[in-house]
Amino acid sequence: MSPTGALGKDLLGLEDLSGDQIRLVLDTAEPFKEISERAIKKVPTLRGSTIVNLFFEASTRTRVSFEFAEKRLSADTVNVASSGSSVSKGETLVDTARNLEAMRIDMVVIRHGASGAARFLAERIESNVINAGDGTHEHPTQGLLDMLTLRDNFGHLDGIKVAICGDVLHSRVARSNIWGLRKMGAEVAVCGPRSLLPNAIGEFGVTVFDHIEDAIQWADALNVLRLQLERMHSGYIPSLREYNRVFGVSRERLERAPKDLLILHPGPMNRGVEIDSDVADGPHSVILDQVTNGVAVRMAVLYLLAGGRPELAEAAKGSGR
Amino acid sequence: MTTPALLLRGGRIVDPSQQMDEVGDVLITEGRIEAVGRVGDVRRDGAALETIDCAGLVVSPGFVDVHCHLREPGREEVETIASGARAAAAGGFTAVCAMPNTDPVTDNQAAVGFIIRQAQRAGAARVYPIGAISIGEQGKTLAEFGEMVGAGAVAVSDDGKPVVSAQLMRTALEYARTFGIPVADHCEEPTLAANGAMNEGIVSARLGLKGIPSEAEEIMAIRDILLARRTGGHIHLCHMSTRGSVELIRWGKERGINVTAEACPHHLSLTEDAVEGYDTNAKMNPPLRTADDVAALQEGVRDGTIDVIATDHAPHHYDEKEREFADAPNGIVGLETALAVNLTWLVHGGVMDVTTLIDRMSCAPARVFKLQGGTLRRGSVGDITVFDPDAEWTVDPARFVSKGRNSPYVGRSLRGLVQLTLVDGRVIHRRDGSVHGIRLPR
Repeated sequence: MSPTGALGKDLLGLEDLSGDQIRLVLDTAEPFKEISERAIKKVPTLRGSTIVNLFFEASTRTRVSFEFAEKRLSADTVNVASSGSSVSKGETLVDTARNLEAMRIDMVVIRHGASGAARFLAERIESNVINAGDGTHEHPTQGLLDMLTLRDNFGHLDGIKVAICGDVLHSRVARSNIWGLRKMGAEVAVCGPRSLLPNAIGEFGVTVFDHIEDAIQWADALNVLRLQLERMHSGYIPSLREYNRVFGVSRERLERAPKDLLILHPGPMNRGVEIDSDVADGPHSVILDQVTNGVAVRMAVLYLLAGGRPELAEAAKGSGR
Repeated sequence: MTTPALLLRGGRIVDPSQQMDEVGDVLITEGRIEAVGRVGDVRRDGAALETIDCAGLVVSPGFVDVHCHLREPGREEVETIASGARAAAAGGFTAVCAMPNTDPVTDNQAAVGFIIRQAQRAGAARVYPIGAISIGEQGKTLAEFGEMVGAGAVAVSDDGKPVVSAQLMRTALEYARTFGIPVADHCEEPTLAANGAMNEGIVSARLGLKGIPSEAEEIMAIRDILLARRTGGHIHLCHMSTRGSVELIRWGKERGINVTAEACPHHLSLTEDAVEGYDTNAKMNPPLRTADDVAALQEGVRDGTIDVIATDHAPHHYDEKEREFADAPNGIVGLETALAVNLTWLVHGGVMDVTTLIDRMSCAPARVFKLQGGTLRRGSVGDITVFDPDAEWTVDPARFVSKGRNSPYVGRSLRGLVQLTLVDGRVIHRRDGSVHGIRLPR
């Protein structure tokens, strides 16, 4: 039986967490940031723990980030990708889960194309489950690392105005950010073509902007979502060219804002589509800080789910738990 | 076949077909209802008489389900005509109509004859085949309605799939007039509903599941109501799930258009909230909608805009439902929970009285599909259901007679229990477990 700590058994989504739990993860991530700055980036905190990274969808950034977080905490990790595994031979998710469980693992990090897949797994195995992105549902560690980055820059989350721009309809990043930011007292807006916003977006408690210029006028920070090329092929928008002209975040548009906006992007970027290069590479972009923070946030989540006590996180860095 | 005379004694006889609601006796001889009346008035002298005490129970004309999926031929591991007919009997249904989306599709007279023979062999509830509208339910070529009706089909439908071509639906409505059968319509505009897994709304947006908007149903409902107006054919709209559909049907009926409609117990009781936690037992097509839709459907059934309640009984193997929500198949079992769900939400919930419910589950479906039964009038077939309207029980799929286990009511406490089901005056289900002399494993 896996330990149940301050976050519960699993991290499936930020909709399930309280503001206090989110604050706890962000606070716990702070001391872990420093480990990645050391020459020897390793502490014994999770020594002896076995973690499986189960990736049913291609991912570079998230998978590598989790793997570094696990390794820097001294966990034993195994990566399973959907190609080349029994998954591609037609094994069901439930059978995959049972087989992993039978090997007595401690945690599973799962990325899956179906909404609800992480929860499905969590309900069927005793190991801790971390959702690394399920379909168009949630990507909680991305939401957490986005919030950590915002907090680093503004000093707080309460009262800041964050506009999430782009394909909210298909975005698990958007959902995790909306729930997390609102619980932390931030004001949230979305902006994108109505064909890429959920029809029920009005019930999410967010402001909706039809024009990117209005979102830029309003916001303190923009979180610019990746526009997947397949959205054009499946007819949600007529062309990437027009998308860039109407919704693209460009330097010209940002220069008309009353203040400097912080620019976030969960990656991977389509330069020249949803974000122009001079914005992505510009002085107010924190896109690479997000990546750095991702490792610290994931270390914090691993630590807390493993039963680590938040107040001992600083000490845990040195001695193990 | 000669069966001994049977007296159902002292039950509350509720027969909407003759505005009857009184405590009395029902006498069945030679498979037919010989007499119905007050206790003591109904007598039979001489020959052997079996008496069943029905005190405290409701005696109703047998329930008729115009919409179920029995999976045979093709998916016998999931349900067979025999297991489905027995499950129907356990749920108080004396007759069910089997949808044609089997493998192969019921789109010709031989396939219709197969269902009739299997049903006779089962000797449980009556099973009436519904033939396909188009060959293979492909939506292209009209199936042979005449030969299928000759073999015993009572309606046509491409259920499971919409008839995409308006011209084909028009032709089906016109052609069906010759045979006096309804065209049972699965209303789904396929481009709007494509890849949808649940109702489109706040819950689908939160869960990140592709939604099916109400309009996917309503656009097809109004298209086919208008085609019924044009052709004079009888359109029967299956499994209506939205307020808008109820309003469109009401509009059509007010204008004298030949439209009838059904709603399912699950759409009359549950909302999209049942999907929370990605419960695949709450996944069906059309999907569970909102509380406002449920209220409109309940009112539609009460006032008769929705003529009948049908189960859309759709068994699946448990493996098929034990998976990611988007990949799980649509459908739930319904035959053995229909009465209790309807009683719990509609009658005990204060929406309608038990007489109205019996009309929607028995008299109206028999009338709409022109089937025998649906009445306790003297001389009618002895198709009768006896139930306890108050008894509480907890849904445990392991106890289902159906092979299907996929129910959204698992673990729920419901009120209303079938005690006895008779077809042709013969006991096909008895709550104590003895069915035509055989003790069933419980």
